[in-house]
Amino acid sequence: MSIIHLSIWDLGLCALLVCSLAWINWRQAPDLSSGILIGVARLTIQLSLIGMALKFLFAQTSLPWVLMVCLFMAAMAGREVGARQEHRFTEGWTFRIGLFAMTASSYSMILIVLLALIQPEPWYKPQYAIPLLGMILGNTLNGVSLCLDRLTAGARNQKDLIEGRLMLGEPAEEAIQDQRRQALHAGMTPAINGMATAGVVSLPGMMTGQILAGSPPETAVAYQIMIFLMIVAATGFGTWIANRLAIWRLFDERHRLRLDRLALK
Amino acid sequence: MPLLSLRDLAIGSLKPFSNHLYEGDCVALSGPSGCGKSLLLRAIADLDPHSGTCFLRGEACDQIPAPEWRRRVMLTPSECRWWLPTVGEHMPAGMPPSWYEKAGFNPDVAGWEASRLSSGERQRLGLIRTLSREPAVSLLDEPSANLDNRNRERIERMLTAYLAEPGRAICLVSHDQEQCLRLANRFWNIIDDKVRELSELTPTFQV
Repeated sequence: MSIIHLSIWDLGLCALLVCSLAWINWRQAPDLSSGILIGVARLTIQLSLIGMALKFLFAQTSLPWVLMVCLFMAAMAGREVGARQEHRFTEGWTFRIGLFAMTASSYSMILIVLLALIQPEPWYKPQYAIPLLGMILGNTLNGVSLCLDRLTAGARNQKDLIEGRLMLGEPAEEAIQDQRRQALHAGMTPAINGMATAGVVSLPGMMTGQILAGSPPETAVAYQIMIFLMIVAATGFGTWIANRLAIWRLFDERHRLRLDRLALK
Repeated sequence: MPLLSLRDLAIGSLKPFSNHLYEGDCVALSGPSGCGKSLLLRAIADLDPHSGTCFLRGEACDQIPAPEWRRRVMLTPSECRWWLPTVGEHMPAGMPPSWYEKAGFNPDVAGWEASRLSSGERQRLGLIRTLSREPAVSLLDEPSANLDNRNRERIERMLTAYLAEPGRAICLVSHDQEQCLRLANRFWNIIDDKVRELSELTPTFQV
């Protein structure tokens, strides 16, 4: 089966549709329209750039280049974690905690996928390493940022409850256990929902892409199952690590709830 | 030996303060609204970063694990929070039901839903929750602010009985001058960020 290429006119037609959406909303919600237009521009520019970068990378198959791209992706993910928080830690701790949690879990998952499961030749073959890391990192980012957001919001909004427990002599870990559990749930729910609806409500993007590109459905399905499980594992470990580190930061060695370590908003 | 010693304790805008509480002491802490009464209690319970040190029978606060310190020097806030479904689950295991009766409750209050308590019930039950854990020092932030006269008398009897046990002391914040006179034998007053001991309850004692 040969791949049907898309021409610039096909893409232009799609863009025209979205731009007309911006036009009909212009009067009622101008900020929505400008948001749509900026989004179209960002999508086009970012993906075109990454297309060129991937073309270059795939032609090299060099380990240093692959590593550099992986580090760049993790740094961007760390920045995004902070950008989506309502109650950020001071002194860049949201970035530090998010970056550490995401890289520790995503990188170990991608190494397992590449070295033990797919085993491409060489193991860092960019056609595999970079898109797979992108998917794992993107989902882990989602889980970690939801989890941190829920935990810090819980600590701030339920300060009296947590301190009420501290006053009775409960250690910090115990005093915040309800908020901690809620944060873990918040971080894991998208990944769990994704598994539950896969194939029933939605056909996952990676599988769709592979089928469109001519892979037999059974190969696409096997890849999709693997990547789903890896996403859930990476999200779960990343969320767990971020949760632990955030709790360590929320309390000090005297088991005091330190909301002064959250930035005022 | 004093039961509780404060040495150069300072928090927020409060100036360093040193004093001792002896067994059986009940000190009433007073001062205008927002002067730092609650903050001082929080510093003694080691809930906020502060400078200076507290000692319990000569043992420094930072030599004792924080949860252990707070079990011995226990703060009861003016608004007691409840996080488990029923009242009884918040009480220490094996607490005799007679504790409920002391505050005017039937013992079946243990099965009540904590989220449906009135503010006065929360306050009385919060005091049981603290006193039944038998801390050496009890820091009480307006323990009878939401109570009618009968219940106020009940909790005052509870506090008197608590103080009568050996090795106990109370630090009390109350806006009820009569109550301070009934319960306290010593008076601390905060004015202009300074904590001072008063020889007796005088008109400068602002409640």
